[in-house]
Amino acid sequence: MTTTPETTTAPAEAVSFDRTEAADARRSGAGVTGWAANYLDERTGISYVVREFGRKIFPDHWSFMLGEVSLYSFVIILLSGSFLTFFFQASMAEVVYNGSYVPLKGLQMSAAMQSALDISFDIRGGLLMRQIHHWAALLFIAATGVHMMRIFFTGAFRKPRELNWVIGFTLFILAMGEGFTGYSLPDDLLSGNGLRIIAGMVEGIPFIGSWIEWFLFGGQFPGTAIVGRLYTLHILLLPAAVVALIGLHLVFVVVQKHTQFAGPGRTNDNVIGYPILPVYAAKAGGFFFIVFGVVVLIATFFTINPIWTYGPYDPSPVSAGTQPDWYIGFADGALRLVPHGWEFVLFNTTYSLNIIAPIAVLGLFIVTAMAYPFLEGWVTGDKREHHIADRPRNMPTRTAIGAAGVTFYAVLWAAASSDLIATHFRLSIEGVIVSMQFTLIIGPFIAYFVAKRICLALQKKDREMALHGYESGRIVRLPGGEFIEVHEPVDEYERWKLVSYNDYEPLMLRPNANGKIPPQERVRAVLSRWFFEDRIEPVSTTEVELASHH
Amino acid sequence: MATEEHTDVVPAGDRTAQSPYSNPAGSAVVRSDSFQNPGMPPHRARVTDTDPKAAKRAERIIVGLFYISIVGAVFAMAAYFAFPIRSNDLGSVRLNNLMVGLGLSFALLAIGVGAVHWGKVLMADHEGVDLRHPQRGDERTRARAVEIFRLADEESGFSRRSIIRNAMIAAFAFLPFPAIFLFRDLGPASGTPAEAYSHTMWKKGLRLTKDPSGVPIKASDVTIGSVFHVIPEGLNDKEDALEEKAKAAVLLMRLDPRQLRISPERRTWNYNGIVAYSKICTHVGCPVALYEQQTHHLLCPCHQSQFDITNEAAVIFGPAKRPLPQLPITVDSEGYLIAQSDFHEPVGPSFWERRGDYNA
Repeated sequence: MTTTPETTTAPAEAVSFDRTEAADARRSGAGVTGWAANYLDERTGISYVVREFGRKIFPDHWSFMLGEVSLYSFVIILLSGSFLTFFFQASMAEVVYNGSYVPLKGLQMSAAMQSALDISFDIRGGLLMRQIHHWAALLFIAATGVHMMRIFFTGAFRKPRELNWVIGFTLFILAMGEGFTGYSLPDDLLSGNGLRIIAGMVEGIPFIGSWIEWFLFGGQFPGTAIVGRLYTLHILLLPAAVVALIGLHLVFVVVQKHTQFAGPGRTNDNVIGYPILPVYAAKAGGFFFIVFGVVVLIATFFTINPIWTYGPYDPSPVSAGTQPDWYIGFADGALRLVPHGWEFVLFNTTYSLNIIAPIAVLGLFIVTAMAYPFLEGWVTGDKREHHIADRPRNMPTRTAIGAAGVTFYAVLWAAASSDLIATHFRLSIEGVIVSMQFTLIIGPFIAYFVAKRICLALQKKDREMALHGYESGRIVRLPGGEFIEVHEPVDEYERWKLVSYNDYEPLMLRPNANGKIPPQERVRAVLSRWFFEDRIEPVSTTEVELASHH
Repeated sequence: MATEEHTDVVPAGDRTAQSPYSNPAGSAVVRSDSFQNPGMPPHRARVTDTDPKAAKRAERIIVGLFYISIVGAVFAMAAYFAFPIRSNDLGSVRLNNLMVGLGLSFALLAIGVGAVHWGKVLMADHEGVDLRHPQRGDERTRARAVEIFRLADEESGFSRRSIIRNAMIAAFAFLPFPAIFLFRDLGPASGTPAEAYSHTMWKKGLRLTKDPSGVPIKASDVTIGSVFHVIPEGLNDKEDALEEKAKAAVLLMRLDPRQLRISPERRTWNYNGIVAYSKICTHVGCPVALYEQQTHHLLCPCHQSQFDITNEAAVIFGPAKRPLPQLPITVDSEGYLIAQSDFHEPVGPSFWERRGDYNA
């Protein structure tokens, strides 16, 4: 890269310039910016940071922007949320509404609800800010989820990035916590019912459920404490944790450098892409404003969480078709899919399996997903560093496991809308629930097999292309009358993308130094066979030579 | 942090990290005849690199976008004043939202698109290369780190003076407990939550009143097929009205008495086919508010549990297990519906301390 010539900079105030001298001085950093840079550097040594990171390379791929969307939506949430805190009252004190929204005038509600309505109807731009905040929150969690899928399906969680996967996963859970606590703050009818469900679930926890509920709500549900407590969580504890973990997450990205996809010139030992200054700063910086702009545009045109139509919380009414924000759907769906009768009394205490079971299933799902990098690393036994992202097809079993997991999540999520699905498609509520119960069990298996077959088929197609070239679309008639389509060989750059991937074979069980096969090695061998039994080898030079002789 | 090398040289060769130490590749297949990395393909110039006119046009577009952004920002500020919110006028709220939002959207989008376009078409597009280094520290650094820990151990006597170390660990182990104890007063001062959850404000002689007005209900006003949302008399005057309501909310329905299947001990709990059931779902506590008049089923809109009112609110579908508790009712001398007692069992979701013998 270019190196800046070493120059000594005289203190700017001591020098008078003529026109050409001024131009020279600017080039060597003695203008106003140069003076400021010098001032800072002499007090912080920040030129070191610029030298180290100014030309740091970031690889390009559209899927690398998903994490950026997530990060940027979080910044938007912080900005819009700060605005909202100036007007929001996190209090459950009863007031009589007397604001601008006529249908609710004279109604008893909490100060929280009233201030949320005032933000919407009496403060210019307030409704816009509320909607920006809510839409950005929905986008934040969605982008985080899709970003995680990108990481999973490309194997970007492999060594040395396993810990960053765990940090990212924790962020996802914290993000959902942020979402739920924020959603509950306006103390409207819909979110109040959401809290009622949480309270009911907590109550079902063995031994301590009723106590925990009391502790959370400061007495019997709904109490007068919960909004204030959620507010502390929502604007202090959770954001602090999220900011800290995002910082750590990004430090990891800088220290480990970003993964890149296989491509000509791209190796496991380098990163190819554009430098932070100037190209990446322009593109990533610009992208922040695009994400921000899109969120504002959505908030301009589309209403979200119209609390004024729900009204203030009251434990008695509820509207049909109640649904939580999308990211809580999977938990709500899990509650709905529990079959009838999963609760029993033993020795005069109640076991609420209809609550414990879904919590346990979701917990297991989350822990499994979080632990997956360690599991796969153990099965492959591959302790090398991996900086080239896999194409999903080249790890068929992992991709199939991911597809199964996504399907499981998707069915739970869809189940949160079971009643709306039933009314919209004129089906019976019971029929929708029962078929979803079956899909929850069978769906992941179907997804697994379909995904795996598709991966293997795509790998075969890649082999075919690398060996015999692509179909050129040119039909030639041979002298004998036979028609053939001419295959053109792919160029070496294209071929490299098709043939450069990691290939594993099933683990061969061998006795260790003591002449024994330990049981965990047997388990590992079984898993390894499951992972790598069906494998398509990458094309080798030998094969291409053989093929060219045909 | 190690110094980064910036070099335009692209090392061709194997994909796997070549480092002084080597980690096992596990069951990965490493072949001798795999393809070699062909290195970077030749650079392809962009239109803006070769055609000065295109570059000029791109420059104009980018400048234009940044000016549009300024216009958007100014418009947003102008709209803030030009489209004020008038009291009791929803249209003005909508217009304010729309105009301020549009101005901001343009201000943001134009800056974003302009910057990205600048980066893509006018800034130098030569890709650079950073070299990676093994994540672990080099051998000397690692050796020094080990040495430092050894020295610290030796100088402090952390291993040698195990009695001090263990005492310190024990002290740390005890330290969190006061913090846990400090939270005790979040709970009830006396008694247990379970006792509070087990009773509602219903009691003998308390009138059934309409929710939310609190107007008493005359038995003669309840026609067959009708349904009333009910709260106990005097609830609205209570200081903890919401907490009491969350337990005491009741749904009142009148069915043809011949349709009701009634167990012997509940024979006196209805009045001429008027029955009252807790409205709080026995699953996780949503109000079971949807009554199907024809089938006499109650549906919980949250998780779709269904209760059969003709059969003492037994669950016929969904995750709830227990029937909705029934409130025994009768009429007073003036013909108003009153409760005979509190519910005979806790209402709402199940909890650990909930016994199994309430109906015995």
